[in-house]
Amino acid sequence: MSDQATTTPQNGATSDPIIEITGLNKWFGSFHVLRDINLKVGRQEKIVICGPSGSGKSTLIRCINRLENHQEGHIVVDGTELTHDLKKIDLIRSEVGMVFQQFNLFPHLTVLENCTLAPIWVRKVPKKRAEELGREYLERVKIPEQADKYPGQLSGGQQQRVAIARSLCMEPNIMLFDEPTSALDPEMIKEVLDVMVDLAESGMTMLVVTHEMGFAAQVADQIIFMDEGQIVEQNTPDEFFNNPKSDRTALFLSQILS
Amino acid sequence: MTVDSQNTGRAFYRKQADLLPEKAAPVTSVGALGWLRTNMFSGWFNTGLTLIAVYILWRIIPPIVDWVFLTSDVEGVDRFACTNSGACWAWLDQRIRQYLYGFYPADQIWRVNIAVILLFPALAPMLFSGMPYKRILSWFSLAYPVIATILIIGGLGLEPVSTNRFGGFMLNLIVGLSGIVLSLPVGIVLALARRSQLPIVRTLSVLFIEAVRGVPLLTLLFVSNIILPIFLPPDVTFDSLVRVIIMVTAFSAAYMAEVIRGGLQAIPRGQYEAAQAMGLNYSKMMALIILPQALKISIPGIVNTFIGLFKDTTLVILIGLFDILGIGKAMVANPDWQGLGTETYAFVACFFFVVCFSMSRYSVYLEKRLDTEERR
Repeated sequence: MSDQATTTPQNGATSDPIIEITGLNKWFGSFHVLRDINLKVGRQEKIVICGPSGSGKSTLIRCINRLENHQEGHIVVDGTELTHDLKKIDLIRSEVGMVFQQFNLFPHLTVLENCTLAPIWVRKVPKKRAEELGREYLERVKIPEQADKYPGQLSGGQQQRVAIARSLCMEPNIMLFDEPTSALDPEMIKEVLDVMVDLAESGMTMLVVTHEMGFAAQVADQIIFMDEGQIVEQNTPDEFFNNPKSDRTALFLSQILS
Repeated sequence: MTVDSQNTGRAFYRKQADLLPEKAAPVTSVGALGWLRTNMFSGWFNTGLTLIAVYILWRIIPPIVDWVFLTSDVEGVDRFACTNSGACWAWLDQRIRQYLYGFYPADQIWRVNIAVILLFPALAPMLFSGMPYKRILSWFSLAYPVIATILIIGGLGLEPVSTNRFGGFMLNLIVGLSGIVLSLPVGIVLALARRSQLPIVRTLSVLFIEAVRGVPLLTLLFVSNIILPIFLPPDVTFDSLVRVIIMVTAFSAAYMAEVIRGGLQAIPRGQYEAAQAMGLNYSKMMALIILPQALKISIPGIVNTFIGLFKDTTLVILIGLFDILGIGKAMVANPDWQGLGTETYAFVACFFFVVCFSMSRYSVYLEKRLDTEERR
């Protein structure tokens, strides 16, 4: 590996960075959660972030759409720097989709309404067009028949696929996944991962916090291993699994792959 | 070998063809018989309770029916006309107008009646989903307060009627409905302000809520009626009805704010995050995602506050307005009808019960309608 900060994506991705994080530091109160994070993500690049719990991986991706604010350093998303400017934050958020561990679907709205809400109210898409869009993406995550049900009537795997469709309806440039399969029964993990693999193959820029190492090996251009708020290792999947450079990475891999 | 035989002895599987078919439930657990058995006679203790309850009802209901209908008097000009052992309803004929409209001019009462009739189409689009002509009705709902005010107070060619002639149940309805309609939005604003990140907004909201909630409504009514005019310039006069409505609204809004705040706190952080992550700004997030859920959870508390508000409208008697209870008290003190307290108060209570019970049933209906978990 030459330089850890610049990445060399596969799958025909360009090296022009869509996310650029430099010197990022963040504290929760006096607790130093993110320590000097530097990261460049190229367009269409897929990055998997793993590490033990409490290592700051979720906090890192939540900084990218400013669900968490940072105290030091710069985050530039698609040419716009994240500052306290609320207009810019809303603009970036409308272009960055996010999928949560707990799905966070809106329980008082139908599946289709979940999908059309943001396009209608943020993007000002006409209702009819938004519904077409919603049905199109529900088709893509393979649950078009659930459009008129409420989230509470779906299984966990179906809910998470709706959450993915809901994000895609905003036609984002970047998708963030915060442990998307951690709250699912084993039987349902695969159906969600299949959708994510499909999405990766379509060329979406993705940052995925997950423990699914099979998924990482299959789609990631880069794997980042974090511990104690720092990026310990950033590597290609091949090198990461077969020839980890850090002892800490090797230990982590031996624990989760055993 | 022993080990092998044990294993095969415990193993078990069904072939697809052998899967058990569905069987009908036993007669004793379904239908009317099943219902009686599970709900009324499901054991010696519950059977005993059922029998005791039936006995108590049998001892209470027939005498009430007897007193109200069978042995009562309905005709006469004063209490001496009542000679039967049951209730005396002779006053109804003479006094019903006062009970309903207070001292509203008799030849203008049709205006109040029209306002009451129009209330139903005005409420319908707000209360029920799937109403036909929803759009037109919604505009009518918005216009209704103006229409009703003009009808009842006068103007546009209608003879003006002073608010101090308002009384009876009409007064309760005016104060109660105005309070209900106004206190919900004010309560929502107060609840959101109390959870605001801005310290000044939060402090003002807390001060208002605690100050208003910390004193009896009666004190507020006295303050608005007696003390406020002292501080206002002499040419500024507030109608006493308007003052009552403002005070009742403020009082309920303070309670409402706390009820809604409870609902807001029950909404998981993830809902806020999901809304923010889509790029919704604060007002859209609140209006589209958070409040619909928080208000749904708060329905029992909101309706509780409404019911309390409606019954509190009887307090206006203490600042010189005659609502239905005040009219009743005045009649009981009248020598012609002295001693008819039971009849009078039972009659008045029925009005409140009908309105409050309707609100309660409506809230049950609304909760069912909004329940997205149960709908399968």
